[in-house]
Amino acid sequence: MPKLDAAFSALADPTRRAILARLASGEATVMELAEPFEMTQPAISRHLKVLEGAGLIVRRVEGTKRPCRLAPAGTEPVDRWLAMLREALAKNYERLDEVLATMRTERRKDRP
Amino acid sequence: MSKMTLKTEGDRVVVVTRRFAASPEAVYRAHTEPALIQKWLLGPDGWTMPVCINEARPGGSIRYEWTNGKGGGFTLTGEYLELAPFSRILHVERMHLPDPTPDNHVETMFEQDGTGTLMTMRMTLPNAETRAAMLATGMEHGMEASYVRLEAMI
Repeated sequence: MPKLDAAFSALADPTRRAILARLASGEATVMELAEPFEMTQPAISRHLKVLEGAGLIVRRVEGTKRPCRLAPAGTEPVDRWLAMLREALAKNYERLDEVLATMRTERRKDRP
Repeated sequence: MSKMTLKTEGDRVVVVTRRFAASPEAVYRAHTEPALIQKWLLGPDGWTMPVCINEARPGGSIRYEWTNGKGGGFTLTGEYLELAPFSRILHVERMHLPDPTPDNHVETMFEQDGTGTLMTMRMTLPNAETRAAMLATGMEHGMEASYVRLEAMI
């Protein structure tokens, strides 16, 4: 299950989104990812670490290689989507509660 | 206190309800006035919405741009279809990742509930394949973001 904050930050980067799009078509090693992106392997590795930390990809060990792929859909993308949506909305509405409380206070102040 | 409910209908419709301790007018305004929207429609902590265009009239445009202040960002655009102040809003929206995702249709209703408001938001989301692709490439919207911020934002 991707962690919302980490996933948002991970997805905000165009290179990382491109990596995920590439992984959507199948597993790849760091070397295979470095080539099309014209980046060094350490740079790719740093991006992969962020994606892994956000729960968006998983890696396995194969000899000295650690190929990565998209995190298993688990209970399917829909559930992940809904969990993220629920978390984002809950946070938004807590902030909205505060905004509404402030609107009420300001309105009272406006009155003579 | 858990005031929010989120339920699915089929695999494309999500219905969210939430109660607010304010009048329908206040909640409606908080959904349509940029200065108010920018205070709460933000998603995870650390994100802000420096660009907020919201033309609350039929055919009016919506444009929200979020940033995390570290070079990351998302954009959502949309159009209003119908507005009935202060009870109902119908609009479409999409995320740009940067390619636009298929339109989400969103109906938001505000009903007097005792001294407060019951808000019901009914979202008709892109199909399952599109959601999966968005999970892989962008805003697993969520709200999508957010609205996603999907939200959704998302």
